[in-house]
Amino acid sequence: MIEAEGITKSFGRVEAVRDVSFTQPAGSAVALWGSNGAGKTTLIRCLLGVMRCRGSARIGGVDVRSRGRQARALVGYVPQELAFHDDVRLGSAILFFGGLRRVDGARVSASLASVGLAGHERKRVRDLSGGMKQRLALAIALLADPPLIVLDEPTSNLDAAGRGEVVQTLRMLKDAGKTLLFASHRPDEVITLADRVLVLERGAVERDTTAAELWPTEKPVQVIRLHLSMASEAHAARVLREAGHAVHLNGQGLCVAVPRDQKAAPIHTLACSQIQVRDIEMLDDVDIPEGTP
Amino acid sequence: MTTINALAGERALPQARSFSGGTLAFARREFRDAVASRWFLLYTLAFTVLAVAVSFMSLSSVGTHGFAGFGRTTAGLLNLVMLIVPLMALTAGAGCIAGERERGTLLYLLAQPVSRTQVLLGKYVGLAAALVCSLCVGFGVSACVLAWRTGSVGFGAYAMLVCFTALLAMAMLSIGVLISVLSRRSSVATGVALFVWLTLVFLSDLGLMAGTLIFQLRVQEVFGLAILNPLQAFKMGVIVNMNASLDVLGPVGAYASQAFGDGLAFMLAATMLVWALVPLLAAVVLFARRGSA
Repeated sequence: MIEAEGITKSFGRVEAVRDVSFTQPAGSAVALWGSNGAGKTTLIRCLLGVMRCRGSARIGGVDVRSRGRQARALVGYVPQELAFHDDVRLGSAILFFGGLRRVDGARVSASLASVGLAGHERKRVRDLSGGMKQRLALAIALLADPPLIVLDEPTSNLDAAGRGEVVQTLRMLKDAGKTLLFASHRPDEVITLADRVLVLERGAVERDTTAAELWPTEKPVQVIRLHLSMASEAHAARVLREAGHAVHLNGQGLCVAVPRDQKAAPIHTLACSQIQVRDIEMLDDVDIPEGTP
Repeated sequence: MTTINALAGERALPQARSFSGGTLAFARREFRDAVASRWFLLYTLAFTVLAVAVSFMSLSSVGTHGFAGFGRTTAGLLNLVMLIVPLMALTAGAGCIAGERERGTLLYLLAQPVSRTQVLLGKYVGLAAALVCSLCVGFGVSACVLAWRTGSVGFGAYAMLVCFTALLAMAMLSIGVLISVLSRRSSVATGVALFVWLTLVFLSDLGLMAGTLIFQLRVQEVFGLAILNPLQAFKMGVIVNMNASLDVLGPVGAYASQAFGDGLAFMLAATMLVWALVPLLAAVVLFARRGSA
């Protein structure tokens, strides 16, 4: 479904995405995992043809650069945060996107109903909650029943309940045979949805792996944030990765996903390497749904 | 390799809309947004009130006879149009892409199965239609007043004023859209648009006068430089269509009448058309070449 070859994007001297290549078969779910600034969003924009880049990308065999319109017709895109004119009513907003995708009114209504937004057509976008906006974005993405759904941190602005709803919807889409490509830094989403995980670090694919390899446990995962001195963060991340932990740096410490009954393991690993941990913080509501690997 | 046919299976895959269909979808949305906006209402109201005021002043100075209401009012409206219409069109154009970019909505629009050219042309067509509607309201109300008081004498020149004004609006809108494509922020785009308006309305005349004095320009050179300003081309075009002598514009007008004769009106209209098309074409090319949203 997706074939990316040597995708590279630079902003001035900074390479946001470096030589990323991967293929994704139809019906699979791939997670782009990485810290903030790892290049997940830029990679998605390059794959959609919204951002000019080096390398090539094909969606469903259609070249994104030369036939961008046709390629994007195969994609439903859900951004991190839905950007609409605030004054627009929900009904007219989705009708506009329905018009762009040659979708009739009945399909628009069905799409709204599928995400629980039926009856809200008269509401203005500015009056929608974050969760409703995200569901609207999902409804728009599903309008033409595209085979590929691309999501850029779809739950980052939602509370736990909203996240659960979105993840459940995505799970249903996956079961219905849709291809999913999504960026996330939440282990629970990745474990629940992804068949494969591309770990991005500084714009490059550092590992092409699975959720089971990243978090080799069937037990619930807890994400902890370790606060260290700035100078030791990079070294600590390396040490933890060598010890098999899933780590990312997000500018406010070191986030590590660990089994709930082994929360002290990374601290012990760091202590063995003479790296001092100043503080530890449990990141809340990272629940693993039942039946996940 | 995954191809569209392989993906299709038993159902048809979503297709992008035709070029014209997608462009018209954007045009309709832009038109709806524009006519519902405050700037549109404000400009329409201001233009209508001033046009009617000019009509009444023209009538009061000649009674209900004389150089007939329409002809006199056309001359009166000329200066009003030269001030207000470029301001309306330039600021409307300046906001159309830069505003979307600043709100973050442009990226989401470009992630749909549309091309950048469709987005830009759709916005242009929608805004142009809204501007023409706004002008038609002002000219229409003014025409009703004149027809009621004086009949239809001089209506031809008035109709040509409306046509030339629509051309002027489109030329200024093109320049505004070009500014918008080149600007990252809508405030910058609006500032540049205001500077261009000031230059075209006031500074270019002063510059031309100074240039004529300093460089001892010949009359044909002055004429050539004058019609580089679309406002001057508009002014001469309207005066020619009023069957008035261009002698009122001094030696340059006399030269233009003698040199181009009956073809002058067409030449001036063509100049306006070039002003409408060239900046728009430049905007389309530059927008399509941009590396990011």
